[in-house]
Amino acid sequence: MENKIKVLKAKANQMRKLIITMLAEAGSGHPGGSLSSTEIIACLYFDVLRHDPKNPQWPQRDKFHLSKGHCCPAVYAALALCGYFSEKKLLTLRKLGSTLQGHPDRRTPGIEVGSGSLGQGLSVSLGMALAARLDRKDSRVYCLIGDGENQEGNIWEAAMAVAHFKLDNLCAIIDYNRFQIDGRTDEIMSLEPLVNKWESFGWHVIQCDGHNIKELLEAFAQAKTIKLKPTAIVAHTVKGKGVSFMEHVVDFHGRPPTQEEKTIAIRELEEIAKDEEDLKNG
Amino acid sequence: MDKVYARDVYGQTLVELGQKDKDLVVLDADLSGSTRTAIFQKAFPDRFFNFGVAEQNMMATAAGLASSGKVVFASTFAMFATARALDQVRNSICSNNFNVKIVATHGGITVGEDGASHQALEDINFFRAIPNMKIIVPADGPQTREAVICAYKNKGPFYIRLGRSKISSLENKANFIFGKGQSLKEGKDLAIIACGIMVQEALAASAILEKEGIFAAVVNLHSLKPLDEDLLVNLAKNYKTILVCEEHQVTGGLFSAVAETLIRKAPVKVERIGIENVFGQSGSPKELMEFYGLSADCIAKKAKKIFRQ
Repeated sequence: MENKIKVLKAKANQMRKLIITMLAEAGSGHPGGSLSSTEIIACLYFDVLRHDPKNPQWPQRDKFHLSKGHCCPAVYAALALCGYFSEKKLLTLRKLGSTLQGHPDRRTPGIEVGSGSLGQGLSVSLGMALAARLDRKDSRVYCLIGDGENQEGNIWEAAMAVAHFKLDNLCAIIDYNRFQIDGRTDEIMSLEPLVNKWESFGWHVIQCDGHNIKELLEAFAQAKTIKLKPTAIVAHTVKGKGVSFMEHVVDFHGRPPTQEEKTIAIRELEEIAKDEEDLKNG
Repeated sequence: MDKVYARDVYGQTLVELGQKDKDLVVLDADLSGSTRTAIFQKAFPDRFFNFGVAEQNMMATAAGLASSGKVVFASTFAMFATARALDQVRNSICSNNFNVKIVATHGGITVGEDGASHQALEDINFFRAIPNMKIIVPADGPQTREAVICAYKNKGPFYIRLGRSKISSLENKANFIFGKGQSLKEGKDLAIIACGIMVQEALAASAILEKEGIFAAVVNLHSLKPLDEDLLVNLAKNYKTILVCEEHQVTGGLFSAVAETLIRKAPVKVERIGIENVFGQSGSPKELMEFYGLSADCIAKKAKKIFRQ
């Protein structure tokens, strides 16, 4: 377990550097939520998900759907590190003709269904989970939802239905970084009590620190054991996590780093990686 | 021939297809009795899912099912299938080009007594603008079966619009070919193009006109997208005037589709019968068809006026 945590920490750090680099190159995009969901996505792609980058259409695969589509840089970073496509490809993000669109698109190897218009992803995941049950597959479906996205009515239509259909093969993760593009979720449209809401809709809810690999892995493991009801992991996170001047800063919801900011951010992330390495070597 | 509910035919055709394909699933949003998907539910309860009054969820779920290899038929009233769930249909279904067949009933003014909130008059307009979406408005019961089978056999999203009322079957029409119109009657003085229940009205109008020495051709343009452009160009060659009849707003529906094609390829006078940018109201289907100028009499009157200009 200790070693696995170290490996995943290192993956998350690599992902963050790629996120910063590709966004600075693209000149637009959403760093805040990409950085808050990095550990969640790292745990999924490098440990939890059953998938094969050499065979993206493997019928027995688990599925991941990014309902908060604007945070696709984090997923693209994970897909590149897994080998779905080259890291070089990341520099084409948001450019004309690129397979890496500004919001997820099926033309990208490893992306199951496009997303971007918020609120629909839990329904899409519900469809995948129903199909897996119909086909008697043991595949699981994971859906990452933004906190602001919980303001969409479609989320609650889906939440009601997933519980109604008793889809225990579906696990939703809520990236609760407490910011949305216009400001703090508390001020724009309060989500609280968020955990009670999901529980009252018939879900098993697990709360954890969304940057703590151990807690995340335990949450995913627990979710697998819950039968006859779906699980929602409310992951408490920090918007812009990992880059000092981006943390808790709403401006970085939808603004990419400048070249100068990129240099500072990469330096910071390299220092974190070095500290981790030093710690490992005692 | 006896009148039938197109939606009965729809439910029966679903069962027919469901027997052959176990990957076919059917979704509804608390209107399965009205849309007749309940007929499928009875035959294949495990492959039927009711979403309650939640059309947006139903449509986005349809996308997820289709992404996993299912052929999905999703039904509700035309009002809610289109306007209510438009974003889900555009972004989750059409932009992914998924195999979701939206078969909506209760399209048009002939919904009747339920009134304006339930009379879908803009549905074709909404869906016609979305890339990948294909649209069929069948003219009778047998054609409904052909349209449903066609949507099943062809990849990608489809919209099939059905009405609420019973309709009689058209006689002597050619085989259904998707994307091709059907010439039902030859004429001389003008051509009437229609879809759905308006085809019957157009035929009746043509009979009225004939008694007054005006010979109107009648074409059933059941496929609105893709449109039979060759047929339209040919009509424009043979007729000075084309009258388009639809149970839909005059913006964005069949009239618009025909006019858009002819203005580019073969400019000719195109006139219209449809809902003139107003909301409907309660009334019997027959009363409403008269009130909003859609009945055979109204079509004949308009045709005469055009002819004598």
